[in-house]
Amino acid sequence: MTDDTHNTTTELTDNLVKNSKSAIDYVLDSCEAIGVTIMHLFRIIGGISIFVFNAVTHVFLPPFYPRLILRQFVDIGYYSLPVVGMTALFTGMVLALQSYTGFARFNAESAVASVVVLSITRELAPVLAGLMVAGRVGASMAAEIGTMRVTEQIDALSTLSVNPFKYLIAPRVIAGTLMLPVLVLIGDIVGVFGGYLVSIYNLGFSPGSYLSQTWNIIERVDVVSGLVKAAVFGFLVSVMGCYHGFNSGRGAQGVGAATTYAVVSSSILILISNYLLTQVFFS
Amino acid sequence: MSEAEQNIKLRLCGVKKSFGSNKVLQGVDLEIPKGKSLVVIGGSGTGKSVMLKCVLGLIQPDEGSILIDGQESVGVDSKERDRIMRKFGMLFQGAALFDSLKIWENVAFGLIQGRGMDREEARKIAIEKIQAVGLRASVGDLFPAELSGGMQKRVGLARAIAANPEIIFFDEPTTGLDPIMADVINDLIVDCVKDLGATTLSITHDMASARKIADNVAMIYQGRIVWHGPVEELDHSGNDYVDQFIHGRADGPITEDSKLMHEAA
Ligand SMILES: Nc1ncnc2c1ncn2[C@@H]1O[C@H](COP(=O)(O)OP(=O)(O)OP(=O)(O)O)[C@@H](O)[C@H]1O
Ligand SMILES: [Mg+2]
Repeated sequence: MTDDTHNTTTELTDNLVKNSKSAIDYVLDSCEAIGVTIMHLFRIIGGISIFVFNAVTHVFLPPFYPRLILRQFVDIGYYSLPVVGMTALFTGMVLALQSYTGFARFNAESAVASVVVLSITRELAPVLAGLMVAGRVGASMAAEIGTMRVTEQIDALSTLSVNPFKYLIAPRVIAGTLMLPVLVLIGDIVGVFGGYLVSIYNLGFSPGSYLSQTWNIIERVDVVSGLVKAAVFGFLVSVMGCYHGFNSGRGAQGVGAATTYAVVSSSILILISNYLLTQVFFS
Repeated sequence: MSEAEQNIKLRLCGVKKSFGSNKVLQGVDLEIPKGKSLVVIGGSGTGKSVMLKCVLGLIQPDEGSILIDGQESVGVDSKERDRIMRKFGMLFQGAALFDSLKIWENVAFGLIQGRGMDREEARKIAIEKIQAVGLRASVGDLFPAELSGGMQKRVGLARAIAANPEIIFFDEPTTGLDPIMADVINDLIVDCVKDLGATTLSITHDMASARKIADNVAMIYQGRIVWHGPVEELDHSGNDYVDQFIHGRADGPITEDSKLMHEAA
């Protein structure tokens, strides 16, 4: 009899312990959630690292596909010219206006030329061109490769003894990395020209002194750092576009999501790496 | 290796594959002798296409072994995989044509990019193959988007056989074709086996086509091969699943099983 009651009480307490969540359980649960998220994150980072490794090795190993590389040069470089040119032109113009109104408050109008050329070459041309190209080229890479994945064209490539990394990824990464610096160099020139136009025709600067101010302030590192940034951004945009397309989910929805991820992730990576590169160059 | 062993071109042993909780292949055993044509039949979604992709290395099987010419192909490195792939031609269920390339470039793709053949020479072969699948030579200069579904399927077929592979997989070669064109394609597949000495594995729901092209027939059901035999025995297989399938009856063991599964769920 006593034994029986004893048994039921222990059962009761056992149940209580099982059902009631103590504070420790809550802590453990949230630890688990954090752990799962971190594992997921590492899996994605691992996946991207392997992808980047594969992409880069295939850039350097033959066979090469010159026709495809050339086509990507045209697609990425030539067709992005209008977008990048417009962006740089108006940025240069706005920069001249804004800095003039700002500097007029403490009689430093003569600094306009320097502000325009330094901001354009160091920061604005590479970052804005990178972001525009992420939207234009990164998105189309993800959509194109994603559609090829969904319609089994990538599988078909392998069955025809052609490596998809060589045929699809390498040409895009090569073209992205090499063409963005070219675009940014053109953007530098167009942007400075935009600032010049506004300063001369709107703000009443003299052409000769504006140009000589521009020329005197600029150093090689300003332009070179911008071009190095551009190469890094071009690499990031093409790799992210290809990665998300290559690992696209099934159906139209999968391709849509891949496109979004490509643009968002490459834009964020551009902003982060821009900070890091600036730190490296100018500290 | 015995005489019989050497004659087996392709052998699958206990191949398993799941996607998450979806157990698609649960131990597939299959063999195809050299120069023979095997037709695999089975309901929609039973994993026929997945089985082909496992053999081609496009999907990594969870378990099991796949022997090609007596050589293990599961888990080989990419160079070896490349070498093995050269033996294969594949017609995908959705044709999977490259939509940025012209039709003739699609057909010649494996010849030009995979084997480094000269473009002009490859073009000649491509046009020949395009005509062999019953299309006009002028189709060669169109793009895949300009073709009907059935025409795309035939181009896919031309691409699969262009490089005269030793083993050819046809995933539903006649779906989407009119009966006459379907028969033209059946003849073409039979010719591939006869003239080129190719070994073929075809998937089809079209029983007339199966009877015409098969030396052997296998039926896949719930991730396993439930019957395997020469085509002559198809009508008296003594297997209720096969009987229901080939006569296309709504009542039978397959529908019973799926009812039971629904109740259990
Ligand atoms: N890449 C994949 N990821 C997840 N599930 C998949 C994948 N490929 C196939 N499946 C699943 O595997 C199962 C079998 O697909 P499979 O395409 O092999 O069918 P099938 O036998 O070829 O059918 P059908 O005759 O309709 O072509 C399906 O349930 C499908 O959802
Ligand atoms: Mg299928």
